[in-house]
Amino acid sequence: MIAEHVAFGIIAAVMVASALRVVTARDIVHAALYLVIVLAGVAALFLLVGAEFTGITQVLIYIGAVIVLFLFGIMLTRTGFDQDEETDHKHKFPAVLTALLLLAVMIGALVDRFGDEKLDANLPGGLTPQTTAQVSDELFSQYIVPFEAVSVLLLAALIGAIVIARREEGG
Amino acid sequence: MLLNEMLLLGAVLFCIGVYGVLARRNGVLVLMSIELILNAVNINLVAFGAFHDTVAGQIFALFVITVAAAEVGIGLAIVLLLYRNRRSIDLDQVDLMKG
Repeated sequence: MIAEHVAFGIIAAVMVASALRVVTARDIVHAALYLVIVLAGVAALFLLVGAEFTGITQVLIYIGAVIVLFLFGIMLTRTGFDQDEETDHKHKFPAVLTALLLLAVMIGALVDRFGDEKLDANLPGGLTPQTTAQVSDELFSQYIVPFEAVSVLLLAALIGAIVIARREEGG
Repeated sequence: MLLNEMLLLGAVLFCIGVYGVLARRNGVLVLMSIELILNAVNINLVAFGAFHDTVAGQIFALFVITVAAAEVGIGLAIVLLLYRNRRSIDLDQVDLMKG
């Protein structure tokens, strides 16, 4: 039980520090690399609570595909090699205020509602891993319609991205 | 482990993402902040799934991951088009519609 807390504490601290660097780093490539750490931390958390399939999917899709997409986006949109390019607004105070107020409201609500409920409070035998077999059983029976819908969405997004990013004929 | 540990971490990540969306001017960086927000949501979904002993949390997290992948594809295509037309992805200069 203690080991779980320590593992969570380390992962959470690394994630929060990296997430702060993602939104403050001046170099875009550094921000993308810090994002990798945050995403890996999320995957580690998923494994920690026994969500194995989602954890592995997180690594495959986010770290494997989305980050590569981001790096390509950065590469193709770099205006120059100088680092002086302004990446932030000049007046950050409203943004800080909004984020802190939102955080205060959420912490207040969460502490008020869930207090110190244990994660495995509903499970007499403790936290058990939810296996890939269970996930696939549910996904292909109860959630088959949303699954197909999201497949079509992905296809539409793919075609849309090609159409948007393609150079005009003769233009 | 406490349920609130996961939920509070999700809340902190969400707020950092919101700050990033509001404070950044670079189109790609705003998209990255949106990824932070979506991941915070996924943490909550998986935590509640474990709390209620159901795989529905994991399944919805998978749907969110899929939609996020589609969103990044479209978002980067738009940023690329913006760059091609204006030689800059500074979002402050995208004010044709005076929003």
